[in-house]
Amino acid sequence: MGEAHYLEHEVHGWAARDSSGVLSPFKFSRRATGPRDVTFQILYCGICHSDLHQIRNEWQTSKYPMVPGHELVGIVTEVGPEVRQHKVGDHVGVGCMVGSCQNCDSCEKGAEQYCEHVTYTYNDVDQDGKPTYGGYSALMVCDERFVLQIPKSLPLDAAAPLLCAGITVYSPLRYFGMDEAGKSLGVVGLGGLGHMAVKFGKAFGMNVTVISTSPSKEEEARLILNADNFLVSKNDQQMKKAVKTLDYIIDTVSAKHELEPLLSLLKVNGKLVLVGGPEEPLQLNPFAILFGRKTVAGSTIGGIKETQDMLDFCGVHNLISTIETIPFEYVNKAMDRLAKSDVKYRFVIDVANTL
Amino acid sequence: MGEAHYLEHEVHGWAARDCSGVLSPFKFSRRATGPRDVTFKVLYCGICHSDLHQIRNEWQNSKYPMVPGHEFVGIVTEIGPEVHQHKVGDHVGVGCMVGSCQNCDSCAKGAEQYCECMTPTYNDVDQDGKPTYGGYSALMVCDERFVLQIPKSLPLDAAAPLLCAGITVYSPLRYFGMDEAGKSLGVVGLGGLGHMAVKFGKAFGMNVTVISTSPSKEEEARLILNADNFLVSKNDQQMKKAVKTLDYIIDTVSAKHELEPLLSLLKVNGKLVLVGGPEEPLQLNPFAILFGRKTVAGSTIGGIKETQDMLDFCGVHNLISTIETIPFEYVNKAMDRLAKSDVKYRFVIDVANTL
Repeated sequence: MGEAHYLEHEVHGWAARDSSGVLSPFKFSRRATGPRDVTFQILYCGICHSDLHQIRNEWQTSKYPMVPGHELVGIVTEVGPEVRQHKVGDHVGVGCMVGSCQNCDSCEKGAEQYCEHVTYTYNDVDQDGKPTYGGYSALMVCDERFVLQIPKSLPLDAAAPLLCAGITVYSPLRYFGMDEAGKSLGVVGLGGLGHMAVKFGKAFGMNVTVISTSPSKEEEARLILNADNFLVSKNDQQMKKAVKTLDYIIDTVSAKHELEPLLSLLKVNGKLVLVGGPEEPLQLNPFAILFGRKTVAGSTIGGIKETQDMLDFCGVHNLISTIETIPFEYVNKAMDRLAKSDVKYRFVIDVANTL
Repeated sequence: MGEAHYLEHEVHGWAARDCSGVLSPFKFSRRATGPRDVTFKVLYCGICHSDLHQIRNEWQNSKYPMVPGHEFVGIVTEIGPEVHQHKVGDHVGVGCMVGSCQNCDSCAKGAEQYCECMTPTYNDVDQDGKPTYGGYSALMVCDERFVLQIPKSLPLDAAAPLLCAGITVYSPLRYFGMDEAGKSLGVVGLGGLGHMAVKFGKAFGMNVTVISTSPSKEEEARLILNADNFLVSKNDQQMKKAVKTLDYIIDTVSAKHELEPLLSLLKVNGKLVLVGGPEEPLQLNPFAILFGRKTVAGSTIGGIKETQDMLDFCGVHNLISTIETIPFEYVNKAMDRLAKSDVKYRFVIDVANTL
């Protein structure tokens, strides 16, 4: 739109060059700060499992070079003249989206993630025809409507994963009414998404049961995350005793798994929401939902307003992710560990100090 | 409970004797009218697809001799001294249940069909240890709490199928909020359940689309049932044009089928409820519900209060089933035709005149 080339930002980051997914230093440019743009120095960026999938082209849609990262936070350094929601010095973040049409049914309902023209933070193409680059980089320029305020009471590094992992569980827990104090919530899987679901469940005043394939996770579930109960999903006896005891289940597992044993844990009228993305179809025995009038729903990330509501809620309740902070040099090793789910519970890259 | 044997009712009916499912005349007895019982002369009984499944032992739990029938109506001839809801001369009916524990969470919520101790109208054992016999018979004795009032403005024969087919679709349409005027409802399958779903959808003021594998059903869908649109599910072009056009879908099909093409018809936040009972698991591609935050739910029949609400609603809106009345002698032929879905849309046995 006529910004002089010299006003573009030269940005350092790390990118994957090919489907090996190996990340290495990369220089690129971001647009000059437009009238509605917010520009911020990136301090931290969370590593999401989606980053791993995409750098390795596991979804068959990857374009290289790819700068991943959609859990980025930092401090505003510049705002365009029409910006009203943010100012220099604010603690802000960007999640999975940097644009949408703002004009369709989904956008109007505050569910921009379902807009047919949503622009993803990385591995996509922006309105100006340029590739989008994510938060494994020093600086971000983004339309103010897709920039979130991080409450200043929250440490920025541990707030970063809220922008994807946090909202991915918070949105459906709220939307499907799975947030009632005194009710019981099952959380399947104890990774980046699962650990946040436990934290939100407890903050909502619910009785939280973690359901996992690994008995070894029980101690951390109870001691670190304050879960009330723990079920080993492969333990038939435990699962049988727990039949019809849960009001709701949030299933964060992305590996292929059986739905029926989980559905049997639900009380009458119970709901199960899938937020993990198994790549293969799941088997659904119709009688598993017919009897008991049960519901299986799906949800992806969350809208911008929902994300801001979540961040404000976290500010009030002092909720953050449990993280392992790493320098950029460690990022490829972190990806290998993430592939084995070897992290409690989110890697966060110390961008500003180690780029 | 001490009723003298001579007060028992000797009842004529038709029963299946074995898993050939062939029905023939059968004499049996029903208990004497107890303090809370309503006794009524059965005038008409609808033939439900479940009757066909059960006489042929397709669910592997049939006990013979079996007198089927759980959509039956008639006129009260006698009531016990503690009965308050019904009186002699009333038009009444009984559906799929004749008892429940009245004490659990499901019963308290008016969802007796999910009570663990619910007694089905036939092919079960009653509290007194005797087998339960259904509506293919001359007379019924039933606890008043499971007897429904049929509005006198409704013709009894065409009201009979409301007691199973009607409530099976009415209950989820109401419970899941799929009843909003101006919204769009897809009805999959045009049999006993489907045709009632179209009628209720139109009565709710919705835009109704029938989705069927048979192009030949379009004329009747539009002309007899007043459907607004018709989609042939095997017509890829039509289905593609209809993507993201429906708010809700009610799926009445009991044969195995693909969920994904149906889910693609739903708008963002759309809901699909399964009321048919395919015997084999369905494939659920998680992304089909993750993208668009869609819901798949299941539902079975309905509670007693819901059923009465539905009957009252039908009385106000003059809603009845579209039926083919048959004499008892035709019942085995009707079963063969039902197996081929050759009926518009429910057979109803003229019990009183042809027993």
